[in-house]
Amino acid sequence: MEILIKRGAEASLYLTEYFGEKVIVKRRDAKPYRHSQLDEEIRKRRTLQEALFLMRARELGVSTPLVYLVDTKRCEIIMQYIEGRRMKEIIDSSNGESIDELCIKLGQCIAKLHRKNFIHGDLTTSNFILSNDGNLVLIDFGLSFFSQRLEDKAVDLHLIKEVLTSAHKNSKKIFAKILEGYGTIAGESMVKVLLNKIKEIERRGRYARAG
Amino acid sequence: MSLLIIVIWDEVRITDNYLKTLKITEIEYFEEKKMISRDLPPSYHRSIFSKVGEGKICLGIESTAHTFGVALTQISDRKGRILCDVKSVYQPPSGSGIHPREASRYHAMNAASVIHKALTMAGVDIKRVDAIAYSAGPGLGPCLRVGAVSARALSSYFKKPLIPVNHALGHIELSIMLTGAIDPVVLLVTGGHTAITAYISGRWKIFGETLDLTIGQLIDQFGREVGFSSPCGAKIEELAKKSSNYIPLPYSVKGNDVSFSGILTAAKNMLKEGKKLEDLCYSLQETAFAMLIEATERALAFSEKKEVLLVGGVAANLRLQEMLKEMCHQHNARPLIVPLRYSGDCGAQISWTGLLAYLSGVRVDIEKSFVHQSWRFDKVLVKWRY
Repeated sequence: MEILIKRGAEASLYLTEYFGEKVIVKRRDAKPYRHSQLDEEIRKRRTLQEALFLMRARELGVSTPLVYLVDTKRCEIIMQYIEGRRMKEIIDSSNGESIDELCIKLGQCIAKLHRKNFIHGDLTTSNFILSNDGNLVLIDFGLSFFSQRLEDKAVDLHLIKEVLTSAHKNSKKIFAKILEGYGTIAGESMVKVLLNKIKEIERRGRYARAG
Repeated sequence: MSLLIIVIWDEVRITDNYLKTLKITEIEYFEEKKMISRDLPPSYHRSIFSKVGEGKICLGIESTAHTFGVALTQISDRKGRILCDVKSVYQPPSGSGIHPREASRYHAMNAASVIHKALTMAGVDIKRVDAIAYSAGPGLGPCLRVGAVSARALSSYFKKPLIPVNHALGHIELSIMLTGAIDPVVLLVTGGHTAITAYISGRWKIFGETLDLTIGQLIDQFGREVGFSSPCGAKIEELAKKSSNYIPLPYSVKGNDVSFSGILTAAKNMLKEGKKLEDLCYSLQETAFAMLIEATERALAFSEKKEVLLVGGVAANLRLQEMLKEMCHQHNARPLIVPLRYSGDCGAQISWTGLLAYLSGVRVDIEKSFVHQSWRFDKVLVKWRY
């Protein structure tokens, strides 16, 4: 039996059993608003890509769910179920208690990927899960790609900055801690370069100069 | 009114000789005859509903790009009212975009008569007006200055408080008043903006936006390549309806952000290769709009809000509206779309937002009054909402 646990924007997540193991089925349903040819192509491509990137991220030392089965026809991936709490909830419910260490760890995760030109593409606080056994697990690689351009790495970080400021209080401090963690892997100079790039991206955005 | 004209002409340095050479065509007005009245949603701050606000009238001047618009709005009996909305629109020659200087000259020549027309239509004496609002940005500098100078002149001569209004916020706030939205995710699609935003503690925060071109620029720049005069939205939409042959174009969603430059380059190249224009218009719309709706869908899922509001000039596109409705249906969210008459730039957006700002204490001294060509709307502290 499948239990719907989340109907996201990109896909639906179902909790079910697979050979006696608790698993997540991530299924990309058809989007009725998209042209069917475009829609099918996008869903198929993203399903296959996501499965590949889930495995590649593990190779780079970032915890991700194990992939059990990929079905490109039904556009679904069957993967390991991670029990724990989303980073979004942890940040929202942290009243004063320190989450600095966790944010540093989060930054390190991103840097480990970026070091090998791995761009996650959807770095939101909902996509990090702190598992019950204390692992910080990164999920949702549906928009990931490889790129050595600074621009793409900066856009990756810019997204998490945007999500933090749009949905969480104390976003500045949290982002600073994430960058601190990023620096321990990628080096301080890299952080500086990326911060400049982020500023450039923000400036390039519509009407970006502060009023 | 003569004072006003002198001030404005001085600002854009139109000499008598120049005026003689200029061909003056009759001004084309677009006016709203019937008064609009809407119940206010409860999400406004209590100061908006207080007795102090009752009956207050704000005159708003919009002058950011093509449009010079003047409107009067009022709050009365817990209702928002648009007493009148008049605009004159600058039309650039076919195949070319807006020239800031030409547009501002056009506005400067028409400003006084548009203001006069608005006051006459509303049947309101200028002395009865409580505040003067103007679009302070973002927009084209020369055009912004015409609006600002008009507003300053009215404000100083008739001794009325002066209110600077962010043009993008104007779009959002007016649409909320007209649709009765309570707490929406907003998809703002115009020639100057492409952003997905929602109100969170004091500011309209941006969830996602374009990394390069706006959707309006994409449509206009492609349209101009074919020789249309901007705005080209209606023509592209009409051509798109004639095709159902999808040609793949670069689909670029990066998280919550979108990028349109790839589509423009690819579509222009395919045009040169001899692909059918109808097919390209159709494919351009299908691809670009799907990207916008996907980014909005993400913001909706993330913010867990229950309404989506489509705002701005491109909101007039029926295909975009249809896609938004389908997406909302899947998420049990309420789709809201700004009425066509108020989807483009208009005085009412400035007047209404100016009125809200005025009632929550926003003022600017004439000496300190400003225009910012690039004034981000997420920098504005919003005091009239909870």
